[in-house]
Amino acid sequence: MPEHSMTEDSTSHHSEHVLPTGLYWAIWAILICLTFFTAWIATVDLGWLNPVVALLIASFKALVVILYFMHVKYTSEKLTKTVGLATLFWLALLLFLTLTDYATRGVPS
Amino acid sequence: MSDSPAVLDHHNPELRHHFADMGQQKNAASLGMWLFLGTEVMFFGGMFLAYLIYRRWYYPEFVVASNSLNLPIGAANTAILICSSLSVALAIRAAQTNKRVQTVVMLVLTLVFGLAFLGVKAKEWHDKFVEHHVPGTSFHFEGSMPGHPEAKINPAHAQVFFSMYFAMTGMHALHMIIGVGIFLWLIYQAWKGRFNSEYYTPLENSGLYWHFVDIIWIYLFPLFYLIDRHK
Repeated sequence: MPEHSMTEDSTSHHSEHVLPTGLYWAIWAILICLTFFTAWIATVDLGWLNPVVALLIASFKALVVILYFMHVKYTSEKLTKTVGLATLFWLALLLFLTLTDYATRGVPS
Repeated sequence: MSDSPAVLDHHNPELRHHFADMGQQKNAASLGMWLFLGTEVMFFGGMFLAYLIYRRWYYPEFVVASNSLNLPIGAANTAILICSSLSVALAIRAAQTNKRVQTVVMLVLTLVFGLAFLGVKAKEWHDKFVEHHVPGTSFHFEGSMPGHPEAKINPAHAQVFFSMYFAMTGMHALHMIIGVGIFLWLIYQAWKGRFNSEYYTPLENSGLYWHFVDIIWIYLFPLFYLIDRHK
């Protein structure tokens, strides 16, 4: 659906990136399918892989939402991506450093 | 400087005087929004961290308590939230292509999906109240260790699971309620014709907020509903 994205955007020096409607619907379909897939795969015994698969699917869904629904894939603004990556870095510090501490201690009875 | 002919957007009524042009204004607003979402990630991050530590400590109780949640309803609610994210994205696209009525319709749809999610959540919480699964003096939860029917789980540990469940889904729902307020305002503004291809920053940033809240739920769903469902 290329409506008028070519002609109108070229008049503006900050391009607006109007994404095709079909792309949004495709992302929606992927997210819905993965939701029911993750609910189903949780009922299959994969041993220690169950939470790993669940979190991988959740992270993939989050990534798709960030890239397409939140337009990060199409932003030309490097500052936005920097803030996003910095956020992930701080979150990783919080989770990873604290969990390495707790993982090397005993479990309270 | 202000009457320089190079400033093309000079006469756009939405351009605040301290910005050079609409593009700069949009980028500044976007950066501010992403920084805010960064603080939100850290806010929820603390709760996710607490969840992970307790989950490691009290894993058997987390398994039994997780299995007491309603999986089909949880999955359906996740789907409702994903639909609301689609309608937000389509609302922004409608504004980008100067379709006022379509923008309003998509925003109203988002509001309806958001309220549907909250309604389903209220029903789930109500069920938990009826079952006495809400932490407090009337808390009551019985179960056996997974794979060991004779060994009882510790109800105090199960209570921690439900404390995390109510704290995190509750904080998520509070964000949804704030989002409903924001979208009521957006619908009014969109109806008045305030948004168009030149100016839709409030839509874009509210959309970022809504998608962020969606992402939080995308993690809450497997972490609370899907622990060892095959047992």
